Amino acid sequence: MTVATTLVALQMVSAGEIAPADRRSDYSLMSRDNQAMQDDDRANPGMLWVLEGEKLWTEKVGSSAQSCADCHGRADDTMKGVAARYPTFDPARGRLVDLEQRINLCRTDHQHAAPLAWEDHGLLGLTAYVASQSRGLPTNVTVDDSTRPHLAAGRTLFTQRQGQINLSCEQCHDDHWGERLGGNIIPQGHPNGFPIYRLEWQSLGSLQRRLRNCMTAVRAEPYPYGSSENVDLEFYLMWRARGLPIEAPAVRP
Amino acid sequence: MAQALIKVPAQAKRGEVIEIKTLISHQMETGYRRGPSGEAIPRDIIKAFTCTYNDTEVFRAELFPAIAANPFLSFFVVATESGVITMTWLDDDGSIQKESAQIRVD
Repeated sequence: MTVATTLVALQMVSAGEIAPADRRSDYSLMSRDNQAMQDDDRANPGMLWVLEGEKLWTEKVGSSAQSCADCHGRADDTMKGVAARYPTFDPARGRLVDLEQRINLCRTDHQHAAPLAWEDHGLLGLTAYVASQSRGLPTNVTVDDSTRPHLAAGRTLFTQRQGQINLSCEQCHDDHWGERLGGNIIPQGHPNGFPIYRLEWQSLGSLQRRLRNCMTAVRAEPYPYGSSENVDLEFYLMWRARGLPIEAPAVRP
Repeated sequence: MAQALIKVPAQAKRGEVIEIKTLISHQMETGYRRGPSGEAIPRDIIKAFTCTYNDTEVFRAELFPAIAANPFLSFFVVATESGVITMTWLDDDGSIQKESAQIRVD
């Protein structure tokens, strides 16, 4: 290969999606202490929220006095695979919804209870509990006529430069994953571990919280919780992570 | 009642050294943080932890604001007899939480 074509080849490799052979869960980039914390269900702080969710699953709420269990039975049976395929398209509402929104829609539509606020302890608990039922299952969102426009919108958000720092998600997470930013390892940025216990937060938090943090970090105005932009981005990220196993609740620095 | 997880082996041999792991949900508010309007957020932490083995104290810890939220404590105990191992967490406000596990020692 001549020098010119070598340079062109390098250019093509560096700007674009991660090669399928290189795609892996960000668990592999964590320190061994961090991995050990995640692996032990009795040391993983995220499990405290899973326990909370397990308790709330059978709690009767709202004017309907129904619990999740009243419709969905045992979560370890009916919720298997659910987190792996969210966000999904809700035909009744004509929009994409993620897992947190789905839980709140169940609360308002079926339990006739008030929705829980984003990052509310109970909502995080329920999300962690439901997501943990899909542990080990491959990420698998559905791309069809109703979701394809959202995939495209998500990809646009992922690849566009934004903020005062003028960086796109792609530049760090596709082009420079595994390298360091200020001493921290840049992950590939897959959502397969969410909701995560982030050591920096000293708490469990949602994917939308993490996305908003990233946007603040490049000095962009983050999209509001529950916005269609966040959900489109979630959908793109879940598609980008297709096949990677769900690890919720993961532990991340 | 905060969520708590404890790991005590269900059985052990007499004289064996066993590892006990404990994890409890708690904000561990240090008292040094300020709120959005600059107001001081008061301290509220778990300040003491004890472990008793059939009513004999085998481990004790005093905790301070430097301990991170959702404190994880693990320690070793010599298995002497079958019985109950009880963890007790004491909060700044005086509230107490206890969790117990049975151990069979052969």
